[in-house]
Amino acid sequence: MAYRCVVLVKQVPDTKRITGQAMNEDGTVNRAALPAIFNPEDLNALELALQIKDRYGGHITVLTMGLPTAAQVLREALYRGADEAILITDRRCAASDTLATSYILSCAVRKLDYDLVLCGRQAIDGDTAQVGPQTAEKLGLPQITYVEELISLDGDVITARRNIGNGWQEVRARLPILLTVIDEANEPRIASAKRLMKYKKAKVPAECGDKTEMKALEDRGLLIGQWDLDALEADLAWCGREGSPTKVHRIQSVVLTARETRQVEPTQEGINTLVHTLIEDHTIG
Amino acid sequence: MIEVNTAGEVWVFAEQHAGAIEDTSLELLGKGRELADTLGVPLGAVLAGDGCADLADRLGHYGADRVYLVEDPLLEHYQPTSYAKVLDTLITRHRPQIVLYGATPCGRDLAPRVASAIKAGLTADCTDLQIGDHTVGKTGKVYKNLLFQIRPAFGGNIIATIINFDRWPQMATVREGVMPMPQPDASHKAQIVREKVSLGHEDLALEILREERTERKVNLKASRIIVAGGAGVGSRENFKQVWDLAHCLGGAVGGTRAAVDLGFVDRDHQVGQTGTTVRPSLYIAVGISGAIQHQAGMSESQKIIAINNDPEAPIFQVAHYKIVGDLNEVVPMMIRAVKGKA
Ligand SMILES: Cc1cc2nc3c(=O)[nH]c(=O)nc-3n(C[C@H](O)[C@H](O)[C@H](O)COP(=O)(O)OP(=O)(O)OC[C@H]3O[C@@H](n4cnc5c(N)ncnc54)[C@H](O)[C@@H]3O)c2cc1C
Ligand SMILES: Nc1ncnc2c1ncn2[C@@H]1O[C@H](COP(=O)(O)O)[C@@H](O)[C@H]1O
Repeated sequence: MAYRCVVLVKQVPDTKRITGQAMNEDGTVNRAALPAIFNPEDLNALELALQIKDRYGGHITVLTMGLPTAAQVLREALYRGADEAILITDRRCAASDTLATSYILSCAVRKLDYDLVLCGRQAIDGDTAQVGPQTAEKLGLPQITYVEELISLDGDVITARRNIGNGWQEVRARLPILLTVIDEANEPRIASAKRLMKYKKAKVPAECGDKTEMKALEDRGLLIGQWDLDALEADLAWCGREGSPTKVHRIQSVVLTARETRQVEPTQEGINTLVHTLIEDHTIG
Repeated sequence: MIEVNTAGEVWVFAEQHAGAIEDTSLELLGKGRELADTLGVPLGAVLAGDGCADLADRLGHYGADRVYLVEDPLLEHYQPTSYAKVLDTLITRHRPQIVLYGATPCGRDLAPRVASAIKAGLTADCTDLQIGDHTVGKTGKVYKNLLFQIRPAFGGNIIATIINFDRWPQMATVREGVMPMPQPDASHKAQIVREKVSLGHEDLALEILREERTERKVNLKASRIIVAGGAGVGSRENFKQVWDLAHCLGGAVGGTRAAVDLGFVDRDHQVGQTGTTVRPSLYIAVGISGAIQHQAGMSESQKIIAINNDPEAPIFQVAHYKIVGDLNEVVPMMIRAVKGKA
């Protein structure tokens, strides 16, 4: 049996590379100053979908909600082997928290045929790990989170191993289902050179200069899908700022609190004195 | 959607597996007690399972005034769909103002599912919770006594305070080990409130075939002394020095993510934002630069000694004792000094 997979991927700022320049005076992060990358665990989710397709056949649709620049992660998914990609972009999506995001994503997934929905466990910009389970709930799907190994797919029965922190669990469930995938699950493949040559010219309508360019891309199968909230028939009350119960009260950049630091000489004598102090104040011993 | 109810209780989801309550849930009862006292409302714990009633007393000793107990053979093993149904039902029934979950794999599987079902806000992985007021910028309207849900974001580079004021309850998952474990008080008794939630086999989407829970080999959270090594240690062989120092101090061994990724030490030892959060009496950082993500897991330690050959290493900004030198010389000296005390 072939399986239809929908993979939810997100473009995120590379939080590993935050430097002083990326922080605004008021302590907020200047996203524009950070390189944008494919959320790492979403690559693991995509890889799992590709492995399912390699083994059983099927179709992979990649979905992302974001600014038009997020089309880059869709192209990267196409280079790796996704069959179809769709960008959800709309000004009215701005300021969505995880609840609103999962509502919007679930409206999009509903428009597609699927057996499995795959997400990364968490996105590194917030590390919340909420969008997966929330999307599952909205779609009325069961969920297997923290998937570290897909053991088998047999008809509409999936068996997978999930990480439970201090151990693991092997579970079985029926499709359709939503999985969240962790980085231990696999080693994401690199882009295929052939596909890269083909899809590097692919664009979403928002990136096209005019209708002619759009038409030309469409004829060559290089126009990436783009949906707005109207296309999703989404209820605006559940989208964007209005649909988001959580609000930001305050943001502070992390200021390292300088402590009163005592310098200890790296000599046997210096260390002996330190150890004595610690014994005297009952820190050790 | 649940309307705002400022008289609502503060609740903690009491996570239990095979009759053992997770430490994080007990830590949360300590924090929950504080929040409930500030708000002047009772502290409730939600306990779900099969034949788990005898755990209720313990929740009382750790601060719960009431234990909402749901017992059902279908709840024997945790599952997201069945447990989410229990919480949705109880929250809708009793309208607590705050619901807290441990940010364990189970809590992070469950809480978002509940939040989605009741259309409430949820803040993940909080490291602190406080009660405070919020003024809306545009209108000047003041919301009093909200839950400040404080968490690192952007890879630990910013600290965000999240609130929600127009929909209830206010929900958060809280990192393991960040709230101090309260002292149990055997005289504090909880009232048991038995609750019925109608469950059927259709609520059990997963079939659990096999499970293995290893006792955590490394119990960093319980250690008074931690000696942690970083990439500067150089190799798995050289990490033996870190183990030796930890042994002679009767402490545990920690490591940075870089040390784990390089294979110097196993993942269970990782301290930091994506590892364990610790607050020992003494933390010795050996060959650790002190990245913000590492500091997030150890800066609350009572005393910090840092050994690094780079005088500018950021770890020195949080260290109480700064030793600028080569760890290959300093660590053996320290072992000698400690052994010499006998
Ligand atoms: C989302 C995210 C989550 C993360 N989570 C964590 C986490 O949970 N925990 C964590 O630790 N990191 C985490 N990191 C990684 C973190 O950013 C750093 O990369 C990591 O902590 C660096 O580890 P280190 O200090 O061992 O290595 P380095 O930064 O390479 O530092 C090595 C240090 O050793 C010193 N040194 C070298 N040789 C010697 C010598 N002979 N004697 C004395 N000193 C010497 C050097 O001066 C240097 O300061 C995370 C990163 C991201 C982006
Ligand atoms: N804007 C988005 N577009 C598509 N997928 C998303 C988006 N936000 C989150 N996801 C998916 O949900 C997972 C968890 O995200 P988070 O809850 O933000 O940690 C990610 O790894 C993605 O698979």
